[in-house]
Amino acid sequence: MSAITVGRPVALRRPIYGWALHDGFVVARRNLIQTLRVPELLFFSLVQPVIFVLLFAYVFGGAIPIPGDGASSADAANAYRQYLMPGIFGQTVAFAAAASTVGLAEDMSRGIIDRFRALPMSPSAVLLGRTFADAVRQILVLAVLSITGLLVGWRINNGLFSALLAYALLLFFAYTVAWVGAWIGLSVPNPETANTAGLAWLFPLTFLSNAFVPISSMPDWLQPIAAYNPISTLVLSTRELFGNPTGIQPHYWSLDHAALYTLISCAVLIGIFAPLAVRKYRNATSR
Amino acid sequence: MSDKPAVYAEGITRIFGDVKALDGMDLVVQRGQVVGLLGPNGAGKTTMVRILSTLLKPTGGHAEVAGFDVVKQANQVRRMIGLTGQYAAVDEYLTGRENLRMFGDLFHLTPKYVKARSEELLTSFDLDDAADRSVRTYSGGMRRRLDLAASLIARPEILFLDEPTTGLDPRSRLGMWQVINDLVADGTTVLLTTQYLEEADQLAQDIVVIDHGHVIAHGTAEQLKDQIGGDRIEVTVHDAATAERAARAMESVISGHPLIEGNKISAPVSGGSMVLVGAIRALDLEQIEITDIMLRRPTLDDVFMSLTGHLAEDETQRPEPTRRRGVRRR
Ligand SMILES: Nc1ncnc2c1ncn2[C@@H]1O[C@H](COP(=O)(O)OP(=O)(O)O)[C@@H](O)[C@H]1O
Ligand SMILES: [Mg+2]
Repeated sequence: MSAITVGRPVALRRPIYGWALHDGFVVARRNLIQTLRVPELLFFSLVQPVIFVLLFAYVFGGAIPIPGDGASSADAANAYRQYLMPGIFGQTVAFAAAASTVGLAEDMSRGIIDRFRALPMSPSAVLLGRTFADAVRQILVLAVLSITGLLVGWRINNGLFSALLAYALLLFFAYTVAWVGAWIGLSVPNPETANTAGLAWLFPLTFLSNAFVPISSMPDWLQPIAAYNPISTLVLSTRELFGNPTGIQPHYWSLDHAALYTLISCAVLIGIFAPLAVRKYRNATSR
Repeated sequence: MSDKPAVYAEGITRIFGDVKALDGMDLVVQRGQVVGLLGPNGAGKTTMVRILSTLLKPTGGHAEVAGFDVVKQANQVRRMIGLTGQYAAVDEYLTGRENLRMFGDLFHLTPKYVKARSEELLTSFDLDDAADRSVRTYSGGMRRRLDLAASLIARPEILFLDEPTTGLDPRSRLGMWQVINDLVADGTTVLLTTQYLEEADQLAQDIVVIDHGHVIAHGTAEQLKDQIGGDRIEVTVHDAATAERAARAMESVISGHPLIEGNKISAPVSGGSMVLVGAIRALDLEQIEITDIMLRRPTLDDVFMSLTGHLAEDETQRPEPTRRRGVRRR
């Protein structure tokens, strides 16, 4: 028997839960295997947020007062660490979008995308797989961050269930920005540009939020922008769910309903960027 | 569906900006046939293969693969075809086995089938030992073999191979030829592209010669060689005046219009090495002294020169047309 005989395959699967999801998982598995095959990359993606925690906890700690909290300066430093950790969580999951941008731009520049596109697979699978794998990777990142946080004195004060809700919200946000990142990755001309483009929008977005400084300490004209920034509401909900200090909030609808506003923002962002990205992917020829 | 040709394309055009990559390309490949698309770099071979394998939409024209429209029924087409592009399309970080599994899964084959088929392919492509190594560690020849194996995972009826041996060392090239010939023996319909007449001759029964995005000739290797006059005889004599005489002297031996460039005569011949003897006799009879004489197999350059007719119009510019096209020669 020759192994390269042709003819129709004997065994085709039946769809169980829709081919888009099935194919998405196959691609996600590939992306996660890639992560494991390049441990250096994984290592450095973990080192960066850990350095952030140490830097903020020991260098800036206490320099930024949280209104309404802490009397003595030792208390203030501790309060800032409690305040800080959810901010770093939020910032870290937001920056995960850059990985989606770079990863997808690299995929598009390689020959393998041609094979994907010549297969009878779901056209959204490459994007579903990419965003899903990038969000899954954040589980590990959040675990390492949490342990570092606990070591420098951060505490979960609101029980396990609330904490799990906080992590779930963070991961949903990571998944959301992965779609934005994926869309940018499809829009850039080459992988070199992807690195810059993938990060450019994230800096203003995270720094115009309450991740590191309270909104009430910002100039008046900036406050509404920061208040309606989904990163602010993500971080605020996370603080509430972990039982960490939130500081005094100015009154905005988004801040008063932080978790709800975050969920709505995520749904809207996915609703906009997922179809945009899928359409871009369909039209893109490999570059 | 089985009565439809494997590939049917009519008047395909494809424009990139102001480049007309394909300009009214017609192509028919019958089931079980092996067709070689022969053309120099930039002729439009890759563009044609990408259109037929649903990766690119044509600007104009109509194409069917296995009876399905490549634009409107792209997914049905994808079920029927295997594609091995000009550059290996496998994942660098995955192992050979993981790659095959991924493509099999994406083809929606059962895990059991994928497993058995992968083993089969890894063995017959001599990749057993490397199966669990990351593709990053593979040589160029191994990548190409894995790439071809990946296109065969679902036993496609129609296989597209875009320059399957370009960039391979001679040994890997022979190995690849062997694999392709085995596939063909098993009844796969194959459309392959190449820049080399020799390769088209080795692999394909039918050859379609394209240039500037359209067909300029087609037929079997034999027919094409006849058309361009088969072998060429090249004679060098003392001076240009003698060359004219020599050309006249050889008239009965050669089978086409002789080209004279200074003291060199080049002419198509048919009849193998015996024509050398005939030519030497004819020249001897006229007492023409021969500086050099040789019989040369036709090259792709000759095919193009005789098919596009550049040569007849401007004999002094003989090597130019091919050089401008950038034909790579081995
Ligand atoms: N994506 C593209 N954008 C612009 N021009 C292209 C593109 N693809 C191919 N071309 C042009 O189309 C012509 C045919 O290219 P191609 O099909 O790759 O030729 P071949 O495979 O025969 O070498 C060339 O002039 C090439 O530069
Ligand atoms: Mg090509």
